[in-house]
Amino acid sequence: MTAGAATQHRRRRAAWQIFPRLDAWQLGAFCVAALCLLPVATILWLAFFPNENIWSHLLATTLPKYVGNTLLLLGGVGGFVLVTGVATAGLVTTCEFPLRKWLEWLLLLPLAMPAYVVAYLYTDLLEFAGPVQSALRAAFGWQLASDYWFPAIRSLGGAIMVMGLVLYPYVYLLARASLLEQSRYLLDISRLLGRGPLSTFFYVSLPIARPAIAVGVALALMETLNDFGTVDFFAVQTLTAGLYDVWLNMDNLGGAAQIAATMLAFAMLLIALEYRGRRHRRFQQSAGRFAAKTRRPLHGVGKWAALAGCAAPVLFGFFVPAAVLLRYAVIHFDASWSGQFREYAFNSLWVSTIAAATSVALAIGVGYARRLHGSLATAAARIASLGYAVPGAVLAVGVLIPLAAVDNAVDAWLRAHFNFSSGLLLSGSSAAIIFAYVIRFLAVAIGAVEASFGKVSEAMHMAARTLGHGAWRTLRRFHLPLLKSGVLTAALIIFVDCMKELPATLLLRPFNFETLATHVYHFAADEMLAQSALGALCIVVAGLLPILILSRTIAHDAISKRGEHDATHPLTNQPSATATAAEKL
Amino acid sequence: MNPSPPILLSVDGVSCQYGRRTAVANTSFALARGMLACLLGPSGCGKTTLLRAIAGFHQLRAGSIHLNGRCLSDARGSLPPERRNLSMVFQEHALFPHLNVEKNVAAGLHAVTRAAQKKIARRMLERVGLSDLSRRYPHELSGGQQQRVALARALAPKPRLLLMDEPFSNLDLDLREKMRQEVRSLLKEFGATCLLVTHDQQDAFTFGEQVGVMHNGAIEQWDTAYRLYHQPATRFVADFIGEGVFLDGVVAANHQIETELACLRGARAHSYAVGTAVKVLLRPDDILHDDHSSRTAKIKKRTFRGENYLYTLALPSGKEILSLVPSHHKHAVGEDLGIVLDIDHLVVFAAADC
Repeated sequence: MTAGAATQHRRRRAAWQIFPRLDAWQLGAFCVAALCLLPVATILWLAFFPNENIWSHLLATTLPKYVGNTLLLLGGVGGFVLVTGVATAGLVTTCEFPLRKWLEWLLLLPLAMPAYVVAYLYTDLLEFAGPVQSALRAAFGWQLASDYWFPAIRSLGGAIMVMGLVLYPYVYLLARASLLEQSRYLLDISRLLGRGPLSTFFYVSLPIARPAIAVGVALALMETLNDFGTVDFFAVQTLTAGLYDVWLNMDNLGGAAQIAATMLAFAMLLIALEYRGRRHRRFQQSAGRFAAKTRRPLHGVGKWAALAGCAAPVLFGFFVPAAVLLRYAVIHFDASWSGQFREYAFNSLWVSTIAAATSVALAIGVGYARRLHGSLATAAARIASLGYAVPGAVLAVGVLIPLAAVDNAVDAWLRAHFNFSSGLLLSGSSAAIIFAYVIRFLAVAIGAVEASFGKVSEAMHMAARTLGHGAWRTLRRFHLPLLKSGVLTAALIIFVDCMKELPATLLLRPFNFETLATHVYHFAADEMLAQSALGALCIVVAGLLPILILSRTIAHDAISKRGEHDATHPLTNQPSATATAAEKL
Repeated sequence: MNPSPPILLSVDGVSCQYGRRTAVANTSFALARGMLACLLGPSGCGKTTLLRAIAGFHQLRAGSIHLNGRCLSDARGSLPPERRNLSMVFQEHALFPHLNVEKNVAAGLHAVTRAAQKKIARRMLERVGLSDLSRRYPHELSGGQQQRVALARALAPKPRLLLMDEPFSNLDLDLREKMRQEVRSLLKEFGATCLLVTHDQQDAFTFGEQVGVMHNGAIEQWDTAYRLYHQPATRFVADFIGEGVFLDGVVAANHQIETELACLRGARAHSYAVGTAVKVLLRPDDILHDDHSSRTAKIKKRTFRGENYLYTLALPSGKEILSLVPSHHKHAVGEDLGIVLDIDHLVVFAAADC
């Protein structure tokens, strides 16, 4: 070999880019997964190795009550959403009655209502001094509360009703999709074998839809477990309420972590329920092509009963509270439109924007790592998606403790070396809130981004690489343009979720930092609904945006007369994505 | 001896794994410049993995891949795909849906100016006969047009090597035959070196000057299509390529094998000792129909194939053989069909190996 050739050879060796087993993308995906695991790991650690063991104290005093109430609440809401969701989904998919097409998407609207807002509004309507009881007293000549019986709205039953009314759309959405997807032939065969339409629905359609329904119920129950505003206002002593009590009133972080660990156990059961449902759903979907369905026209009483049955949840879950809210917001506009309000709205806006942008960026990174490396990064994506099941209050405890530890370490180091105190850099600032938001809602972004990556085939990626584009350039020039719409929709959904988020925000917000949600909570809890109505209205209006996007695909279904979702819509072109969209709207 | 063209691609002892499963096992072959070669095999034989390894999308466990004397991959690492100077064409064409035809073709031309990109893309489109469609988007093209755009895009950067992954499998039957011819002559015109992966024998026979038959992650035979059919090196190749049945026999002499049908004679010598139990490959075109022949076999099944019938015939022992007969010779199932043997190449495997 001549000297020249040897040099050239050496230069070629230098140009090697060794593919190590872990490259930057994969490492990044693992870091994201680790960050998402951090709060859960912290809570488990504190629960099993507490500084001050209050397990025995908790068990002897409040814990059984908290667990009992939580179980009652979960059971009640579960039953409510199951019956309402399945009945409405069954009616709109199998029967034809007045306003059916409208109701098909109107039934989603209650998703835009945060449960705590509905709780405040119904309390206002139904309490002793409220318009309903006043009208009853005027009509029947009653004077005192002892003259008649009226159910107490601020009770466990009231909480079940309020949460059921805003959470049933999870079940409705998934059951409806599953019923529409079912093969027409299966139903035809059932009819040929001698079953009537009603019997076919109960013995064929419903059992096939069961996995989807289970997923919907699991998602609704996760939200129930997450709720703080409603149970706090109604003084229902659930685990969430207990956690706040132990932390904020008794100042016992270890005890809070132990209650949080108990809630995690509930969350895991719900994840298991959801996972089982999704697995079975996959089998169901391989069952065959679906054909256009014909709906059975209803006549006489049945027609009006179906209309009433589907209209009632929409009316009581959305239009009644929305009307009350709108009225308050208009009447008390001058009182609510203050500098403070604008400051809170701005806080909500920028915190949610940063959280949404961060979530989407991380999801793209994790998704691309999967594209580049497959299985290992897939595991990271799964782990990073678990946050949606962790209740906000639990997440807050799990986020605050490690961040405070980091802050204290940094502070101590700076003091020791530079005689300078940094204070609470992370745990005392809005960084903690954003961190919690990202963990909680990353699943939405990952689901949507994954669905969008599905549009860029493996071959397209390989084509771009062999045409001389590096990993970054391929992402920028050939993936991002195709991911755009899915990513934007995911960002919108996360943005709205962050606007609504109450339990974690309440625990993590820095001193004197209010968002619209905490502002509404504070005023409403003090029965000053008038001042908070505008804030609540803003949250509801923002919440309507993703619902409208989703309803557009439903309307599109109705036009195309197919059971399939619009294949071009990034959030509905995969079963998991549909569910993810439903999950957090 | 003719000076053979220099070796462009050499694959030496390559092994690839998916987790613990070995997809490609100790495979070697070399491709000369300007050659059109095929890797042929059933699904799951490792042919696509090997192609992906050559393109740089899959790690090697062992062995190395060299292109034009330069090492692309070995067990220690690999050059990223974008720096290998090769192109790829895919089954689903993989055109970028957000770019129009011209921009798709220009997608691999980043070393030159915008104007030059445009010029090259136009010229490529002209050569594949799609000049009028440069402003169209991929979803507005037919399957054949998409294929041509994909080809133009792959050839525009003047790659040293073109890799094609089942490029014709997505086309319907008529178009497939047409595109095979068209793509082949276009590649010859460009003087491109190409490695095509397919499970379809017709693709391999029409397209490949050399064909490697892959099975269980290894290349069983690397040869011309003619020799794969008439002189299969292994039992698998004999089974996989074309139709045929194996008939039991015993070696009688160097060029003769005694079977229940006849004493078969072939032009090619085999290495089995006299008296060895063997199996002989009989292709349907080895057995001809002759009404006057004294040798007959009972017709068990008849399949109409257009220009001919494929008869399944039963020998007295019950053993079935196949015969290809021009379709104006129509005989009923159950009849005795007169046959003559026309065997050029005696394909023999030891019975113990089968």
